[in-house]
Amino acid sequence: MKQVNQVKNASAFVKDSAHRSSHDKHLWDARMRRDKTAAAIPEWEEMRELASAIKKHTLSNLDTYLERFEENATRNGIHVHWARDAEEHNRIVYDIFQQHGVKTITKGKSMLHEECGLREYLAERGIDLAEADLGERIQQLDGQRPSHIVMPAIHKLREDVAELFAEKLGSDPHNDDPHYLNKVMRNDMRKRFVKADAGMSGVNFLLAETGGFVVCTNEGNADISANVPPLYVASAGIEKMIPGPEQLPLFIRLLSRSALGFAITQYTSHYHGPAEGQELHLVLVDNGRTDRLASETWEVLKCIRCSACFNTCPVFRRSGGLSYEATYAGPIGIVLEPSYDLHRYAQLPYACTHCGSCGNVCPVKIPIPDYVFHWRKEVVEQKEDLLSHRYEMLAGSKALASEKLVEAGEKFTLAALKHTPHALMASRFNPWAKAHEMPAAPEKTFRQWYREQQKS
Amino acid sequence: MKIAFFVPCYVDALAPQAAIASYELLQKLGVEIDYPDEPVCCGLPFTDMGYDQYAGDIEQTFVDHFSGYDYVVTPSGICTDQVRNHFTAVEQTPEVQQLRGRMYELVEFLHDILQVEEFPWASFPHKVAIHNACHSLRYLHHAKPSELMGPAFSKPEALLRKVPGIEIVYPERVDECCGFGGTFSIWDPDVSAQMGKDKVTGFNNAGASYVVSADYSCLLHQGGVINKLGLPLRTIHIAEILNGANA
Repeated sequence: MKQVNQVKNASAFVKDSAHRSSHDKHLWDARMRRDKTAAAIPEWEEMRELASAIKKHTLSNLDTYLERFEENATRNGIHVHWARDAEEHNRIVYDIFQQHGVKTITKGKSMLHEECGLREYLAERGIDLAEADLGERIQQLDGQRPSHIVMPAIHKLREDVAELFAEKLGSDPHNDDPHYLNKVMRNDMRKRFVKADAGMSGVNFLLAETGGFVVCTNEGNADISANVPPLYVASAGIEKMIPGPEQLPLFIRLLSRSALGFAITQYTSHYHGPAEGQELHLVLVDNGRTDRLASETWEVLKCIRCSACFNTCPVFRRSGGLSYEATYAGPIGIVLEPSYDLHRYAQLPYACTHCGSCGNVCPVKIPIPDYVFHWRKEVVEQKEDLLSHRYEMLAGSKALASEKLVEAGEKFTLAALKHTPHALMASRFNPWAKAHEMPAAPEKTFRQWYREQQKS
Repeated sequence: MKIAFFVPCYVDALAPQAAIASYELLQKLGVEIDYPDEPVCCGLPFTDMGYDQYAGDIEQTFVDHFSGYDYVVTPSGICTDQVRNHFTAVEQTPEVQQLRGRMYELVEFLHDILQVEEFPWASFPHKVAIHNACHSLRYLHHAKPSELMGPAFSKPEALLRKVPGIEIVYPERVDECCGFGGTFSIWDPDVSAQMGKDKVTGFNNAGASYVVSADYSCLLHQGGVINKLGLPLRTIHIAEILNGANA
């Protein structure tokens, strides 16, 4: 597949000041709320440490926990399926629907479903699927992927949604009042909820000890999809495992505080078996996870998909999530997506200033800043780097190992700053000059000053 | 105590006043200073872009010049981070490991090692906004990053508070990245510039007359943006204030 040019995509977004400033502000507000709720808990940093340790332990013993989970879940009456990859996941889901004659589905938001391309897969096979999360539904209607893992349509303005609903749902294009827009969506979705043949959702936590799972949402969209229809199919990445209910509250406390700065998700629902008269299936998905577990960047699997790293990332907030053209954008995306397709996502690890804030907000302490270095190195070693970079770096490495050449380079820079006419310096040949005045050239370098001092 | 003074390429050529102030300040504090009078690179751009493999000779040249001192001190957080935390293209001999442990950025050196109590020659009756470069903040631990919970501290602020007359202000987004990011400003100039604009606008809104930082790399970027926007702000290296600059 073609390599993603995130810089080019981001450039369009950053220049659209209405969208960019709204996006930046909303996500920064979430980061501020997160700081405030975290600060109210004296043991916050210990909680992060503990959550990281539990995830590391569980991942290091994942084989045992998965088997224990399957045994307990099966005993609870849950049909457990194993999917090696996205294709197998989609096929399993489709087969279940075939057996039950399912035509229409509503489903809660799931990044795993995005990862597997489930929506497209089922659409091609004539199944009518409606996303039940408001933001995700907006994105579905607009034919876009979610731009943010918790706030899928956060890159849009209210007027964008009003326009979209007018086109797709026949509402008033000039009314962008959120209450009105919510009502439009609710009226459309209620019909779908009532007649859905099956419901779907993702999973936030798998509990090995009890064979149950937990789904966290703020809109209850997963709950209605899970509880109203006679058939419920949930999908979980195998890394969602934790040992049991004793460990769960820690993660629940961290999740919503990290994501949006709220103490808890509005709906934290526990599923330990099918409802009366219902059939419950759970598909456990690998899709590269065991390979990742054996790799140097294995701690990415600790991720609980809270999006704190997105919200704090100064590059993400100004680039918009769609610029990454990936399932997972933001800091976690730039260290995760290259493990799915290094060529396609070779430029993503460069969408970072090394500010390091992502590593500090991560509730499970994934060393994202270290992984950025890891992937840049990997990109170079696998020769997925830009040729222009390679030549510059090769030439630079020769020059900078030599004292004489470093000094010559400094002199050249200063002479250029001093003698280049402003018109040329500020021209399109110098991208820096678009947003910067060039620095004034100092009279002498430190070294020249030092040498004069020594003489006098 | 004998230290080696390391002047990074960008400071030598584009911000010599920061190096001169650092050098004079260390002299005033009675430190014996060696300045290897040959330009040497720390290899940062290579590690930054993933080209560690090309940086072996560069790092060896650095080791040859700076081994054997009690401390190596530099007015640059990014270069300190590079040597301390990423200097791995060269073989990790005991000599190299010792050098990496002895690499100090100026603020840390003044605050942690010399534990300077006063700067009697300094006075700066102006409103200054402190800019902690991300590398100094999160990898050298100059201050508590806003997103980490726990007791607040700031080494640059503690030093500046010893300067009579100074008034310290912070922007609303206390420590958001200014968008320089070394190679990032060339890789993604539009996003970098927007971050720079947001940052200096924040300083301006905080009522600052000066932006002070221990890292001139960020200040070169911010200074360029400030001048482009025509804001009434000036940039200054922390060593200049501590050395008694009177603006």
